[in-house]
Amino acid sequence: MNRTRRIAASLAAVVALGGLAACGDGGSGGGDDITLRVNLFGQFGYTEAYEKFEDDHPGVKIVETAEGDLGEYNTKLTQQIAAGGDAGDVVAIEEGQTVAFLAAADKFVDLQEHGGDELKDRWLPWVWDKATTADGSTTIGYGTDVGGLAMCYRRDLFEKAGLPTERDEVGALWPTWDDFIATGKKFQAGIDDDKVGFIDSSTNTYNSILMQQGDHTYFDRDEELVFDTNPGIKTAWDYAVEMTEAGLSAKLRAFSDEWNAGFKNGAFATIACPAWMTGYIKEQAGEENAGKWDIATVPGGGGNWGGSWLAVPKTSENQDLAIELIEYLSGEEGQMMAFEAEGRLPSLPALYDTPELKDATNPYFNDAPVGQLFVAGASQLEPVYLGAKNVPVRDAVENALRSVENGEVSADQGWSEASAAAEKAAR
Amino acid sequence: MARTRLARQQGAGLAFVAPFFVVFAVFGAFPLVYTAWVSLHDWSLLAGKQEFLGIANYRELLADAAFWRALVNTLGIFLLATIPQLILATVLAQILNTSLRGRTGWRMGVLVPNVTSVAAVGIIFGLIFARDYGIANWLLDIVGIDPINWRADRWAAWLAIATMVDWRWTGYNALILLAALQSVPSDLYEAARIDGASAWRQFWSITVPMLRPTLIFVTIIATIGGIQLFTEPLLFNSGANAIAGGNRGQFQTVAMYLVQQGFTGHRFGYASTIAWVLFVIIAVASAINLILLRRIRSAD
Repeated sequence: MNRTRRIAASLAAVVALGGLAACGDGGSGGGDDITLRVNLFGQFGYTEAYEKFEDDHPGVKIVETAEGDLGEYNTKLTQQIAAGGDAGDVVAIEEGQTVAFLAAADKFVDLQEHGGDELKDRWLPWVWDKATTADGSTTIGYGTDVGGLAMCYRRDLFEKAGLPTERDEVGALWPTWDDFIATGKKFQAGIDDDKVGFIDSSTNTYNSILMQQGDHTYFDRDEELVFDTNPGIKTAWDYAVEMTEAGLSAKLRAFSDEWNAGFKNGAFATIACPAWMTGYIKEQAGEENAGKWDIATVPGGGGNWGGSWLAVPKTSENQDLAIELIEYLSGEEGQMMAFEAEGRLPSLPALYDTPELKDATNPYFNDAPVGQLFVAGASQLEPVYLGAKNVPVRDAVENALRSVENGEVSADQGWSEASAAAEKAAR
Repeated sequence: MARTRLARQQGAGLAFVAPFFVVFAVFGAFPLVYTAWVSLHDWSLLAGKQEFLGIANYRELLADAAFWRALVNTLGIFLLATIPQLILATVLAQILNTSLRGRTGWRMGVLVPNVTSVAAVGIIFGLIFARDYGIANWLLDIVGIDPINWRADRWAAWLAIATMVDWRWTGYNALILLAALQSVPSDLYEAARIDGASAWRQFWSITVPMLRPTLIFVTIIATIGGIQLFTEPLLFNSGANAIAGGNRGQFQTVAMYLVQQGFTGHRFGYASTIAWVLFVIIAVASAINLILLRRIRSAD
């Protein structure tokens, strides 16, 4: 009798302890304080916006997590959404992933049911469409920034190589990509230094050229892989290979440690600059390089690379508050603050005529008139359709391009490898 | 009376062991079965289950050049890392078993690499083996050798990753072997010495047979870990699309290929296929290990 009682009692104790541990994080705090978790990739420049929101909503605290590596961010977000796990209250979706996440639109709050319909006209028309399912029934994200495209360059390196340094003159050097390559050859001859490249990597330039080549890249709007039939891809590839073969590339891997260090120690003289890249450059190059970087127009006139949307996963416990937050962040005030903090180009046409934006200059980039450079063409920006499997296909093609760049394969072999890898990645 | 007491004891025993089996059923057995189920389908991570494919995924995998390349990489890195590691660990264990000055300090010291965060190790070694400004290339330059692009060349990448793995696990294995060494009775060595056996002979005839169970354990654990290698090669490849393990998959391991197919390519079904095949490979490799090591003359 005694024995059984003891065993039963100890089992009960174990179960009770387990139960206590399980309900340890059941209720988060006293119910007054709400914490909104915002998960982003990179620096969006919302610090001031958060403070304003917190002031207007006492008891609300916003905690932002910025995962620097876009690939890792996308992987984590995919895992969380697919498994129905906790992805936070607000998440950012990058333009390359919108079609993929729209396939899981039921896991996000449908913003059309929460006032989105009234707001939809404030954005550039295609920005709303990109975060909406094909049948138009569900919208999962409010647009924040759009990419735009310019060319950032190092004035001091240009001077060393005997090239003009004023941005108007520099822009006139390269109206087309052929002129860009010719300028690059002049630069390499003038700088006479193996460790300095005209461009940072063939892949960044390849992506910029590709995004200028029409309204779709690897997939047409029927989600068919058009790698072999879209002439824009071969055009971009050939230009990138030509630049590699002319010895213009510093052969760095975008977003790697060495690439980051390259901003500081002048390993490359130009880099394709969407609006969001300006904030990144400032962060990486640091204060000591202020004024050394400048911005000129990009060959080909313009382009659109990048762009983000803010979404609310259905697993969020504070959906209404999160929706209010993304309305604010994607609204005029929020987007202006992001522009001022990180140079992110707003997606609201109403802002394009305001003097704050039109006449804006960026002191880090030698007072470059970012208003004219980015905002002037913003309302003409055309969307580029990126298919559901855009990311794996793009990765495969970039890897093939990098192997050509590193001399691991010949250009022709690289192209056939790219084609085969793209076809495999699209499955 | 005795019968019911025995029954009660057995009942109590089962009750205490049951939680482990419940946990195993939920977190071990169920995922195994579910993964096999998923691997029979075309299943998109975000768009959900598509269609039943039977064993088509497995057929595709066996014909997949990228998979075989990843397997060769994994086995290459594994052999390159584990063989020197275990030899070094045995030697270290021998040294630590002697009467060194500050013995305890040394014994704790060899474990320090193991407790360092893997991410930190990956970043530091990634910088050491950097192409332009890495220490490794600088040392090679001093000796007069051209700088190597550690991530472009297959062997170079394997060597760098094997260095990372060895740095981390040699001390750990050395301590386990040390514990086993200390259980070898010293009178065996005395008897051998009296009989005139050299140190080398003593090592092969006494130490290794006595260590056999521990060597089996250490090798199997190293095999399981080595075939699942993921973090070190991933962190070695800083930058965009790190999961690809080099521009042409020079150092992409099977685990990296699995994650790439599952979470970048969203091919949940295909990734599950890779997971199951990996499981079979590890089981086979462990069995081979066991057979090979049993051929060491047993101490019994």
